[in-house]
Amino acid sequence: MKKYLIIMRHPPHSSIHVQEQLDIILTLGAFDRMVSLLFLDESVFQLFRGQSAEQYEHKETLAIFDALALYDVNDLWVETESLIEKGLVSEQLTLPVKTIARVRVSQFMSGFDVILGG
Amino acid sequence: MKFAVQINSSPYAGAAGEMGYQFILAALASGHSVLQIFFYFDGIYHGLAAQLPPDDERQFLRRWSQLSQQHGIDLVICISAAQRRGLLSLEESRRQKRIDQDLAPGFRISGLGQLVEATINADRFIVFPGA
Repeated sequence: MKKYLIIMRHPPHSSIHVQEQLDIILTLGAFDRMVSLLFLDESVFQLFRGQSAEQYEHKETLAIFDALALYDVNDLWVETESLIEKGLVSEQLTLPVKTIARVRVSQFMSGFDVILGG
Repeated sequence: MKFAVQINSSPYAGAAGEMGYQFILAALASGHSVLQIFFYFDGIYHGLAAQLPPDDERQFLRRWSQLSQQHGIDLVICISAAQRRGLLSLEESRRQKRIDQDLAPGFRISGLGQLVEATINADRFIVFPGA
């Protein structure tokens, strides 16, 4: 079975982007695909604990991330340098993640059959 | 090799349409096949029927419909992304008591399941990102 990697690069709530990306992830989950997520750049804020978009009438994407486990999507990777550049540590994120050094990302990506970014 | 392509930017706010189109032409010229173009995010605006650019500009609609007619490429617009942005199929349009047909000929509206199937059936799935 093909292995999927979804690359997240957008911060939460700046546009509809993350929500529509999550729709793809949920659909892959519903089709029982093997899905991993990689958070790069500002996307590390997507899992930041304590965020709220309620006052902007924007969907709480964090709650959707919490639900991914129901679809057996729980292989989450965060690039170490992206975390450091945003002043975060992985303990501030709401879900358990694995960290990966930037220098290893390219090789990591080569282990997947379908890579969905953008 | 069998390709499927995802277009994620609108005709005038990004390069995904141009790059995706050129990629598809090159793939076909090299003897490959292209199963599907999936329009997602703001890429759904490629399916707007009433696009009327001046004659001396590139005609995205003509390009896509030619690819569909001459090479049998399936042009799929994501339904959730499309409805959110006001591009409705005739069926949905009627349900909303509207009379206009937003969807250009040659395109069809369907769900993200079509994207998943394309990633399964194609040897390579190529994403052309939005802004």
